[in-house]
Amino acid sequence: MTIKTIAARNSMWASLGLLVLFLVGWEWGPGLLNIPPYIIPTASSVYQEFIHAVEREQLFFHTWITALETFVGFAIGALLGMVIGYVLGISARAEFILSPYILALQIAPKVAFAPLFVLWFGYTVYPKILVAVLIVFFPIMVNVLGAIRTVDPDLINLARTFSATRWQIFRLIEFHDALPPLFSGLRIASTLAVIGVVVGEMVGGNLGLGFLLVFGEGAGNTALVFVTIIMLTIVGIIAYGGVVLLEKKVLHYLPKKEYAPV
Amino acid sequence: MTIIPETRIEYRGVAKQFASNSADGGGEEIIQAVQDVDLKVADGEVVSLIGPSGCGKSTLLNMGSGLYLPSAGEVYVDRERVDEPNPHVGFMLQKDLLLAWRTIRKNVEFGLEIQGIAADIRRERAMDLLAKCRLTGFENHYPHQLSGGMRQRAALARTLAVDPKVLLLDEPFSALDAQTKMILQQDLAETLAAEGKTALFITHDLVESVALSDRVFVMSARPGTIIEEIDVGLPDRNNPMARRQDSQKQIGEYVAHLMGLLHVGETAAEIEI
Repeated sequence: MTIKTIAARNSMWASLGLLVLFLVGWEWGPGLLNIPPYIIPTASSVYQEFIHAVEREQLFFHTWITALETFVGFAIGALLGMVIGYVLGISARAEFILSPYILALQIAPKVAFAPLFVLWFGYTVYPKILVAVLIVFFPIMVNVLGAIRTVDPDLINLARTFSATRWQIFRLIEFHDALPPLFSGLRIASTLAVIGVVVGEMVGGNLGLGFLLVFGEGAGNTALVFVTIIMLTIVGIIAYGGVVLLEKKVLHYLPKKEYAPV
Repeated sequence: MTIIPETRIEYRGVAKQFASNSADGGGEEIIQAVQDVDLKVADGEVVSLIGPSGCGKSTLLNMGSGLYLPSAGEVYVDRERVDEPNPHVGFMLQKDLLLAWRTIRKNVEFGLEIQGIAADIRRERAMDLLAKCRLTGFENHYPHQLSGGMRQRAALARTLAVDPKVLLLDEPFSALDAQTKMILQQDLAETLAAEGKTALFITHDLVESVALSDRVFVMSARPGTIIEEIDVGLPDRNNPMARRQDSQKQIGEYVAHLMGLLHVGETAAEIEI
């Protein structure tokens, strides 16, 4: 066994030890400090609430809905951000015309649109997806646009010396050169998508983890709120992990040190 | 009957101006990069271009490749006026400009792909050139896995892949360490001779210019123009290693002369004072 693997193994044990310590603190800490269970429920009661919620509140169904909305919203937002980022990147004129409006939209807090979308589309999945689309769109568009703007002009000239057409320059150089920044945008966006969906669900409807969150709050069921937060985190981790996996596949040609997925 | 070799590259009264934001921020000023440049390079000749930094050497080469047009005068390659990038001219820079997402073979195929050559022909041509550039076995590697010298050889292979008649090289070896540089100079000289290519190349390395070329053009500081043309007239142009060894004394004399023309020593003296 090399020194490196021993070090990695030790770090893993330290990480696991920290988890155990955290769970122990969570289980017995509130009791020792006289914190009532409606403020911080113990680890075991949260686990029991998890079992109950699976049986009574269709926890997995709501999680599935949230995950689905997140995925669809993320996919549409990412696609839109990519396409518009590339188009604006290529056409300086379009960027000039549209940039003030894009900037205004970017500054506006996207979750504030949630009530508006609920008014428009009712208590369906659409307003949630729409908030996710809106919130995902910007980091991706901005990253792609910035990447296209900063493509090494010598690379473009290289293609030009081979008499490349504008479309070839885009397809063979700009598109690929913008992929690493696109993926850092996608990573940020994957966590934002969950936020967008949850806010949408909290504002209206009786579906999804955002709804369970509000429901748990109304019922004074702190344990249910904890369970929901944990489930949301898991959805977020899966979304983020999916992007990282895809990135590893697509950007396999980059030297290891140049990209750090976490 | 003597055969007069055909002229491959010709600059006729070429000048180039740029608009630039002036240093004091007082609006635009016109910078005269080069003016009154006349030069001819015959078929199969290797000619180098030296001059102080910023004298417009790269500007001249860019006009030769058709990336931009002269403000006055004309550039001809193969008697055709250059007014846009064209397949007769191969261009190579100090940066290898290999595409990180393509394997070495796909990088060499890059120009052919743009020209719409069929995949199997591209592949064959790329493999052939990789062998000539001693990169066989690396065709499926990505650029970051190769050393600087190997990357530059791959860039040379990519330039040769489209079979240009004329090569324009802008300090192709200046980013390499001294030994790698000598090996690549040897590679380039042998390849140019074997393929019968004509080359015009820029260098800062005075020894390199004498070791590799038939003729050396010396440019003045900006606005750059050609102030001297030197016929090297030493043997072994196709074998710079041999030329370096057998003609040490003459190379030294040429370099001393070039240093005088470029005021190399004087600048150093000024800095010391």
